Amino acid sequence: MSEDDDRSPPLDLRCGAAPSINRARNCSGEAVSGSGSSTSSSIPASVPVTVTEYQSQYPDQVLEIVLENVLQFLTSRRDRNAASLVCKSWWRAEALTRSELFIGNCYAVSPDRARGRFRRVRSVVLKGKPRFADFNLMPPDWGAHFGPWVCVLANAYPWLEKVYLKRMSITDDDLALLAESFSGFKELTLVCCEGFGTCGLAFIASKCRQLRVLDLIETEVTDDEVDWISLFPEGETCLESLIFDCVDCAINFEALEKLVARSPFLRKLRLNRHVSIRQLYRLMVRAPQLTHLGTGKYGPSEVAQRQGDTEPDYIAAFAACKSLVCLSGFREITPDYLSAIYPVCANLTSLNFSYATITADQLKPVICNCHKLQIFWALDSICDEGLQAVAATCKELRELRVFPMNAQEDVEGPVSEVGLQAISEGCRKLQSILYFCQRMTNAAVIAMSSNCLELEVFRLCIMGRHRPDHATGEPMDEGFGAIVRNCRKLTRLAVSGLLTDRAFGYIGKYGKLIRTLSVAFAGDSDMGLKYVLEGCPKLQKLEIRDSPFGDAALRSGLHHYYNMRFLWMSSCRLTRQGCQEIAQAMPRLVVEVIRSDDEEETDNYVETLYMYRSLEGPRHDAPKFVTILR
Amino acid sequence: MEALGLNMGFEETELRLGLPGNRVRSEGEGSRKRGFSETVDLKLNLSSKDTSEKVKSFQKEKHPLPRATDPPAKPPAKTQVVGWPPVRSFRKNMLGVVQKSSGEESDMAGGNNAAFVKVSMDGAPYLRKVDLRMYNTYKDLYDALGKMFSSFTIGNCGSQGMKDFMNESKLMDLLNGSDYVPTYEDKDGDWMLVGDVPWGMFVESCKRLRIVKGTEAIGLAPRAMEKCKNRR
Repeated sequence: MSEDDDRSPPLDLRCGAAPSINRARNCSGEAVSGSGSSTSSSIPASVPVTVTEYQSQYPDQVLEIVLENVLQFLTSRRDRNAASLVCKSWWRAEALTRSELFIGNCYAVSPDRARGRFRRVRSVVLKGKPRFADFNLMPPDWGAHFGPWVCVLANAYPWLEKVYLKRMSITDDDLALLAESFSGFKELTLVCCEGFGTCGLAFIASKCRQLRVLDLIETEVTDDEVDWISLFPEGETCLESLIFDCVDCAINFEALEKLVARSPFLRKLRLNRHVSIRQLYRLMVRAPQLTHLGTGKYGPSEVAQRQGDTEPDYIAAFAACKSLVCLSGFREITPDYLSAIYPVCANLTSLNFSYATITADQLKPVICNCHKLQIFWALDSICDEGLQAVAATCKELRELRVFPMNAQEDVEGPVSEVGLQAISEGCRKLQSILYFCQRMTNAAVIAMSSNCLELEVFRLCIMGRHRPDHATGEPMDEGFGAIVRNCRKLTRLAVSGLLTDRAFGYIGKYGKLIRTLSVAFAGDSDMGLKYVLEGCPKLQKLEIRDSPFGDAALRSGLHHYYNMRFLWMSSCRLTRQGCQEIAQAMPRLVVEVIRSDDEEETDNYVETLYMYRSLEGPRHDAPKFVTILR
Repeated sequence: MEALGLNMGFEETELRLGLPGNRVRSEGEGSRKRGFSETVDLKLNLSSKDTSEKVKSFQKEKHPLPRATDPPAKPPAKTQVVGWPPVRSFRKNMLGVVQKSSGEESDMAGGNNAAFVKVSMDGAPYLRKVDLRMYNTYKDLYDALGKMFSSFTIGNCGSQGMKDFMNESKLMDLLNGSDYVPTYEDKDGDWMLVGDVPWGMFVESCKRLRIVKGTEAIGLAPRAMEKCKNRR
């Protein structure tokens, strides 16, 4: 079949590389990725424009070759989406040269459609469930199955090297198929996934001979009592990264030690809590080249203590790791042993104490040496005082996360506005913060908004619902208002505390770059949601729970829903009719109404609405408790 | 139907529910089976026990109440809401990790141990959900339910709402005469009075909760009796 059949008219080469847009045809620029390219709701029909004045002097094949060579250098998917919309020729060339496929919502496009467009993919990123599924707001077995994808990928891309999955449901069989289908497979990263066990890991370990990266992050892995570690191939491996701290199963330590010994390229190793500190020592001695280390259990075993064995020289082991820049783990910590890490503190750029129940006094001797620290995660057991110590030393801090030791609503909290204020004054380069607390003031939030102008991510979780500013009794409107007004780079925002519609007014007015917004127990009326939907043109992901927004508010977003990856609204005031209206108005939107069980809703209100743009229409794998409205 | 008596205790207000006939107190209701010739005392505690604790701000999720601008009182005992605070299950309860020696860490596999049931209350415009596994006794559950629905029963108090809630005598006035009974639907689809089986058995068999007016609960007594007999 001739390639000439549906070719575009010759391009105007006098304009150099970029043909004049006016003369180009409309293209069926289907944006597969979920990012903010221009409205992808354009119906894929081409409108020919006659171009007779400027004839190309070069055959189109050459042009396409030139394009392909140039487009190779485009790595950003947003740039590629834009390039693919120029004209059909560019669309084709881009499709042939895209090697990294990013699919932000696995239901937005089918595996076949993706395969049909992109022929030479080496790396796939797939994301499934919405984030609120992590907090039990969605029943299990909702979907996001990797199975249909791996089948298609196995046939279409035998040279596939990398797979990154987030919030997908994966079975052992899926992993087996993956392991068998791609001889050059190099990297597997699974974040917040579930559905498989150590059986599946065994397939990967044994069959992926070129494996460099096996990263399991916050993923549930059932214990099938399979010794997967010992199934890695004999001889030198290519392993660069092995992260399995979330795999809560005992492992064969001897096999692990031998694996580390024969993996000269290993740079990242994160162990699970079944690895003792003595075993850690043995691994560190074998792998002083590590850059990222996650310890297992960080304290003496009872057995060793009873026997009175001499302890290994942990300090020397850490001192020998001259390249170490990232430390994590520290589970079941015995704080005395923290002194072992002093030798590496000065080089650390990332420190994760979020499983370590340490106090401010235990933190201080460590943190006072961490001058280069950019990423710090901790439990609120370090208190405001610990945060003050961080603020005093870590002037390069970019990302801070403070998790609650006690994730309840009605308890005393060890961190407060005091810690937030200190951080804002000491860490002026802060870009991202996640802060759980029991009480907060507008003043501290406003201070952060004016001190930390680089903020891109601001997520404040005041754990008591509807908590006002505890000093003034006012709603937290002004604090969040200041954040959106002053932090001009803000792309992600999570709000909490007592908030009126005014707060949403601010978000709509100033939050022009916001892509992700998380709302819980906030707002007074439909106006709140309207402000946001009408005011935030870059909004991609909106997740709302337990807020008094209803059908009228939902209608106000009709102009924008095709630009979004998804909208989640649970326990709000949406009625089925209201959701139905949206479904009827927007044929390319999949409108799912999710019940928490099989029973019919006796309420007027819809329990959970989850809607997303899709090229495929209603999915065929929806479980009984999901109703897709038409 | 015997009207609710209100205990004019000085420490707390409580709703007590009695079935027709006897008015026998029984403590420790969660721990043994009994027939319905005995009275089941169900208490919906609507204020915190410790009067030195301040009261948590209203739950205003779906209620068009004007906002209280007073500083909130210190919150009372915990009320569990699904998925809040938004912390993933393997990060929850780090306190538990410290205390355990051999390190049986809080469940990384998460999720599967929860027992969420819907809770509806007659007349309330919305449903709530609770995770029964967060509680160990009926008492804990009643405390939580009381907190959850207290804001509704207090209703439209206007801007004085918060202060009234803290004023116990006014609270008792409001509750006087109201008679709500927690009932539940079990695995067989039958509606039962809460409290008639041991707590563990209740958690296993409860599918949803409904807080009904006492008058409607009368009909459940004979059925419940029959079930108890069948279980023996």
